[in-house]
Amino acid sequence: MLLADASAAAWSWNLISDFQQMWSFPFMVNAFRAGAIVAVVSAVVGWFVVLRRQTFAAHTVSAVAFPGAAGAVLIGVSAVYGYFALCVAAALVIAVLQGNGDHEESALTGTVQAFLLASGFLFIALYKGLLEGPQTILFGTFLGITASQVTVLLCVGIVVLAVLALIGRPLLFASVDPQVAAGRGVPVRALSVVFLVLLGAATAEASQITGTLLVFALMVIPAATAQVLTARPGLSLMLTVLLAFAATWLGLTAAYYSPYPLGFFVTSIAFAGYLLTLSVRALRGIRGRTGVPLPTEEVAA
Amino acid sequence: MNPIAKVRDAVGHALPSPRGDGHDQVPETGSDAVLVLRGAAVHVAGRALWSSVDLRIKAGEFTAVLGPNGVGKSTMIKVVLGALPAATGEVRVLGVRPGQANDRIGYLPQRRSFDASLRIRGIDVVRMGLDGDRWGVPLPFPGARRRAARERVTEVIELVGASAYAHRPIGQCSGGEQQRLLIAQALVRRPELLLLDEPLDSLDLPNQSAVAALIGRICHQEDVAVVMVAHDVNPILHHLDRVVYLAEGGAATGTPEEVITSKTLTRLYGTPVEVLRTSDGRLVVVGQPEPPAIHTDRHEAYGSGHAAG
Repeated sequence: MLLADASAAAWSWNLISDFQQMWSFPFMVNAFRAGAIVAVVSAVVGWFVVLRRQTFAAHTVSAVAFPGAAGAVLIGVSAVYGYFALCVAAALVIAVLQGNGDHEESALTGTVQAFLLASGFLFIALYKGLLEGPQTILFGTFLGITASQVTVLLCVGIVVLAVLALIGRPLLFASVDPQVAAGRGVPVRALSVVFLVLLGAATAEASQITGTLLVFALMVIPAATAQVLTARPGLSLMLTVLLAFAATWLGLTAAYYSPYPLGFFVTSIAFAGYLLTLSVRALRGIRGRTGVPLPTEEVAA
Repeated sequence: MNPIAKVRDAVGHALPSPRGDGHDQVPETGSDAVLVLRGAAVHVAGRALWSSVDLRIKAGEFTAVLGPNGVGKSTMIKVVLGALPAATGEVRVLGVRPGQANDRIGYLPQRRSFDASLRIRGIDVVRMGLDGDRWGVPLPFPGARRRAARERVTEVIELVGASAYAHRPIGQCSGGEQQRLLIAQALVRRPELLLLDEPLDSLDLPNQSAVAALIGRICHQEDVAVVMVAHDVNPILHHLDRVVYLAEGGAATGTPEEVITSKTLTRLYGTPVEVLRTSDGRLVVVGQPEPPAIHTDRHEAYGSGHAAG
């Protein structure tokens, strides 16, 4: 046992005493708070990412978070600002490149992404004193989340969710049926840009918990799982939040009581949920041969 | 008698008349007309796509826009929606300029199919047609408005006969089922004008006639004016009230019997075109030029070509 377990913490199956034990450490309280905020924000944004098939854009934005954080540390500011600055900037660049068609710029995006990752690696090398090396930025940590960091996460998270609540319905319309939405006067193009900025902010948030490489654990897997479970928009959005939240808190708990890293646990728990859902659906598909069963939401959880 | 005059006599009010002295020419007010085009022309990239289209559609009339590929049939829908300005002439949609009454128009764009993996139910897609463009989240409390919205969606899904599969993810519905749901989406706000861009495209034959019958029924029962772009007139022929036949540079409008004739089409295309009627009543247009085969300079030889009809 390596990290937080100075007090020889052991899982006791008494949930109350376990959580009391974990939450006696301020850094764990902060980790759970930050985890909850990040889970909710990235789940909601991720639900639209999956629906809009923008996972490549999400991937690019999250990859860019790495040089952002490394660069921020190098010039001596908090990594938080590096995450937000570069993620939002990358989202804006993608929005500009995207133009009106959506896919033809992916080669350019990939090129820039590779270069930025390399720059991040250089920043790490230049900054010789980085404690854990690139692993923390790439794969996430729950140690050392400060109260002010939680406040930043909370404020950004509230803004992201508020904007999404405002544009949610037209964004859904524009995502599913852009032509008709445009015919109805929905500003499809502007919504796409706004959404990419929200994606940048949410990615920056998630990067701080799962690391830049594992952002998809909270951004894509819960939404993908929920959309397998149900085709009702409201219900699947709620399920997404629930799944992301569960994966984060379970992951934090597991990481606290074991010597293994947080990113692994969050991702694996989310992935296990996805596999379970897929196998349940496959089983149902074999049983009822009549295409897809009508209401699938009862299988949830 | 010169050929053009002869055809104009045959077709009656259908052909553009520069002096506007046709029998039922548009009165200036046009309050009961859903869609009025007067001498309308459209230029794309500096080239006249079609011109001198005169059309007047009343509520409950089913109009088809016909013509060869690339002649600008879909462009006409864009003009009516206000997405593209008419170069000349006048266009009035529901009494106002195009684009100003789009919330009273139901629009079904050219065939789009939903990805099989899209996990949104048909009923949600229909619902988006009702209030998908509103900002903000709907209140989660049950209220009269919410109930009314839900009832309207159910009602319109029943109208198009899609109740059986409206709760399935739309990506897993067949082409015909998706098309019915999309028609429901276009209808859900009780539009006064329904614009359909090749809704029968890529449907199999039974579905073509079923969807055509559905559109005809909605048009006449619900008193909705329908303008439908089609490349084949036969599936909709029985339901049609009016036809707009577009050709490069010109257009002919009128009832199907008036317009889809060897005479009119020959005049329109300036090249011999023959319309044959099969024993089951289907119309076959022979010799209709496809635009790539027409050179722009053929217009100079217009007069010599069309006497052959």
